[in-house]
Amino acid sequence: MVSLRVNGATHEVDVDPATPLLYVLRNDLRLSGPRFGCGLGQCGTCTVIIDGVAARSCIVNVGRASGEITTLEGLSKDGALDPLQQAWIDEQAVQCGYCQNGQIMTARALLNKNPNPTDAEIRQGMEGVLCRCMTYYRVQAAIKRAAGRPVTPSRGA
Amino acid sequence: MTLLRFPKAIEDALQAGDLSQSRRGFLGASGALVFSLAISAPAGKALAQVAAAGPYVDPDFRQLDTWIVIHPDNTATFFVGKTDGGQGTGTAFRQMMSDELDIAFDKTRVVMGTTDVTPDQGGSGGSDAIETDGWPMRRVAAEARRALLDLASKRLDTPVAGLVVRDGAISVTADPTKSVTYAELVGGKRFDVALTGRNINDTTGVATVKRVEELRVVGQSLPRYDIPPKVDGSQTWAVDAKRPGMVHARNVKPPMVGAKLRSIDQSSVSSLPGFIKVVSAGNYVAVVCEREEQAIRAARQLKAVWEPPVTAPFPTSEKLFDYMRAATPTSASAPEVKGDPDAAFARASRVIEAEFEVPFQGHTAIGPAHAMADPSDGQITIYSNDMKSYGLRNGVAEFLKMPRERVRVVYMEGPQVYGRTAADDVGFEAAFLARELGRPVRVQWMRDEETAWDTKGPAYTFKLRGGLDAQGRLVALDYVARAVDYNHLGYNVPDTVLIAQLMGRRPEKPPAGNAETPAVMYAIPNSRMRAEVVSLPLAWETPLRTGNLRDPNGPQVTFAFESFIDELAQAAGADPLQFRLDMIAASPEDAAFRRARSLATIRAAAETYGWDKRPSPRPRQNGPVLTGRGIAYTYRSNTVVAMIAEVEVNRDTGHVFVKRLVVGHDCGLVINPAGARSAVECGSLHGLSRALWEEVQFDTQKVTSVNWVSHPSLRHSDTPEKIDVVLVNGDPNPKRSDLPHYGAGETSHKPVIAAVANAIYDATGVRLRRAPFRKERVLAALKAAGRA
Ligand code: FES
Ligand code: FES
Repeated sequence: MVSLRVNGATHEVDVDPATPLLYVLRNDLRLSGPRFGCGLGQCGTCTVIIDGVAARSCIVNVGRASGEITTLEGLSKDGALDPLQQAWIDEQAVQCGYCQNGQIMTARALLNKNPNPTDAEIRQGMEGVLCRCMTYYRVQAAIKRAAGRPVTPSRGA
Repeated sequence: MTLLRFPKAIEDALQAGDLSQSRRGFLGASGALVFSLAISAPAGKALAQVAAAGPYVDPDFRQLDTWIVIHPDNTATFFVGKTDGGQGTGTAFRQMMSDELDIAFDKTRVVMGTTDVTPDQGGSGGSDAIETDGWPMRRVAAEARRALLDLASKRLDTPVAGLVVRDGAISVTADPTKSVTYAELVGGKRFDVALTGRNINDTTGVATVKRVEELRVVGQSLPRYDIPPKVDGSQTWAVDAKRPGMVHARNVKPPMVGAKLRSIDQSSVSSLPGFIKVVSAGNYVAVVCEREEQAIRAARQLKAVWEPPVTAPFPTSEKLFDYMRAATPTSASAPEVKGDPDAAFARASRVIEAEFEVPFQGHTAIGPAHAMADPSDGQITIYSNDMKSYGLRNGVAEFLKMPRERVRVVYMEGPQVYGRTAADDVGFEAAFLARELGRPVRVQWMRDEETAWDTKGPAYTFKLRGGLDAQGRLVALDYVARAVDYNHLGYNVPDTVLIAQLMGRRPEKPPAGNAETPAVMYAIPNSRMRAEVVSLPLAWETPLRTGNLRDPNGPQVTFAFESFIDELAQAAGADPLQFRLDMIAASPEDAAFRRARSLATIRAAAETYGWDKRPSPRPRQNGPVLTGRGIAYTYRSNTVVAMIAEVEVNRDTGHVFVKRLVVGHDCGLVINPAGARSAVECGSLHGLSRALWEEVQFDTQKVTSVNWVSHPSLRHSDTPEKIDVVLVNGDPNPKRSDLPHYGAGETSHKPVIAAVANAIYDATGVRLRRAPFRKERVLAALKAAGRA
């Protein structure tokens, strides 16, 4: 039995503690925010926040995930979207959306640490989160919006 | 507890009282509405019954009820046979249909691409959803409005001419207190209106669609309905599809391409926790376990003996272009000849020649290919994000030799699908395994499998020759392209999906493949264009298999052609933008007013960018970072695009940063400007990824670029600081009532490699003729030219 705290609730799951956290979240707890992209820690689609820090759940063993885990589903508070989620909607920052869990969760951890990141800090902080639909420009705009920075309207006519 | 998880759109429709199964009953029953199941059963139970239902009959596209259902709460559901790969087409379809039906957008839903629920529009492909498939949608919605007006006329005892329609209600013009809602007329009932049309794209009723000036919802930048569930975590994706008793499978691919499976050592995995079975057929091998991580581990641990092939399946990626140039073509197109190119070359004042190379580039979806198949009740249901769900259904039925009506595909959201992806292959694998196991099976490819084995855009070599007259005008052009495209894969073909190949199946005749000539809008009086296809030594069971990738040949061909146009402009001492404008203005070609629209689009891009008229390259710059700008222009179908890239090239490292992109884009009537801008912007950046990073690498045994380290893709740090998408309406009569809508899904993807190459030339005076422009390659080129 492994015990873990996810989105404010405690769960006991009967799995091998060496199981990557990702599969427990998805298949035992039925969460669909974190998704498999590479299983190698290279893309970020599986990102969750553990004790405030972004973690790639595909390479964290569930037995070692002892902290407070937040997934995309747990980001909204009392029915209100996280400002990042709202900014994502406002910027229409999504194409297919498969990677966006990683974009949003990594951005959340980034803003937790640095509420007013510069452009360079956003690029650097988000560097390892891949998007094959190439929503990067929009994702960066959404992060700036959520951080309360004016977003340059550069969308043309 | 295990619940069936359905696409949200379908779930919503089900909960709103429109169940797909009863809908079929409802459509099948004459007159009487069979809705009981959906209305009375709790959602969970209803969903389970849906899954058990069958046979899965094709919805009849010649029945209005197939396309549109009006609910008792005065909302409507649209059923369309398309899929949305993330470009927001679902929202665009709803806008078009809401507008024609005269109902508020937020009172509608759309259900897409599920074979027994939506009419077969073929799913997605060719960037033609809006350009082609949007028309039957508009016409059937207009017909529904007409039918409602007829009913209202009777109910209100007023001729149709005396009625006015607004937001799902019809009232008497002279006495607005007399009014009736759509729901009061047909809510929960059938329209029972037959449509006509030889094929689905021709589907029509008797009503005509609105004129452009009457459209209210079309043209608005409405937010995409699918974005909130994708950012709050409530979306149910194809990767989330689960059924009671479901098990997990992972494939085991041959360690060397072309190897034959000799034996499997079951005992290497049989004692692993959760182990169920090793399934093999020919060279196809999969391991099935109770849990996902168990299947991953067992597939890695399985011991098998493979016999290496006698000859190498392909040359190394370093030797690929030499191999291609030396190969004997497997097929060649008849040369397209205009004027007398030989005589024109003989008379030309200057002749320029250049060769270009583009490697294999892959789809490499962010989420590796996946599908879940359920074999309950002697049927197969596949839960998949395949953009061609209908093809998957037909292909699997044929593959498993099952009647078509025992197979269906439930389309669900997934990672991007820009053409023929491994979503096709894995759908067949899941269906095959589900039948072998007699249990629902979920399969997902691993990262290395996806990156190595997904279909590729063909590698190309090009040879171009151009003749300029004394005034610097292009008077003769010779173009020869060669593509590795023999055995180009079709969509969901039961003989050529990977599992069929590995099982040893072969079609009687492999597809010949295709190499392309460019889309030419320029006045070139004399030209000869030829395209040839070559094959690699191994055409089967190979990861270097080609299939459609986002405008299958466009980025490669446009890179060569538009780079070469730039070289000609340079040789003529002309500004590259003006050089293009002059040749377009003189062009005899003007289908869909493409000439005027091209000129307008290039001018709009130039103006937004602030283009300074001068020949390339820029006068010599000092310092480590050189800047420059380049343009490329092209069209796809009737959509035209002009792309200006501004680059910074670091001459010490060879690193290229594209600082700014301006995209002029004319796709006619724009359904959703914000959505179109987003698709155009992201399509451009996908092109940028191919310009800067993407390249399939291999030794003579296997693909070696297999993950995000060995196969890099565009990243946050590569994102331009500024992107301007300029939507242009360059029609000579821009306000005309019948302005058509064209596609926005692929065109902007096409000119990027060329625009970046031309900008690099402008910055450095060095022409890069082989993509992608990774820093090592750029630095080597700068060094060779003495510019590093
Ligand atoms: S799936 Fe975890 S980083 Fe890619
Ligand atoms: S939105 Fe599709 S991969 Fe990022």
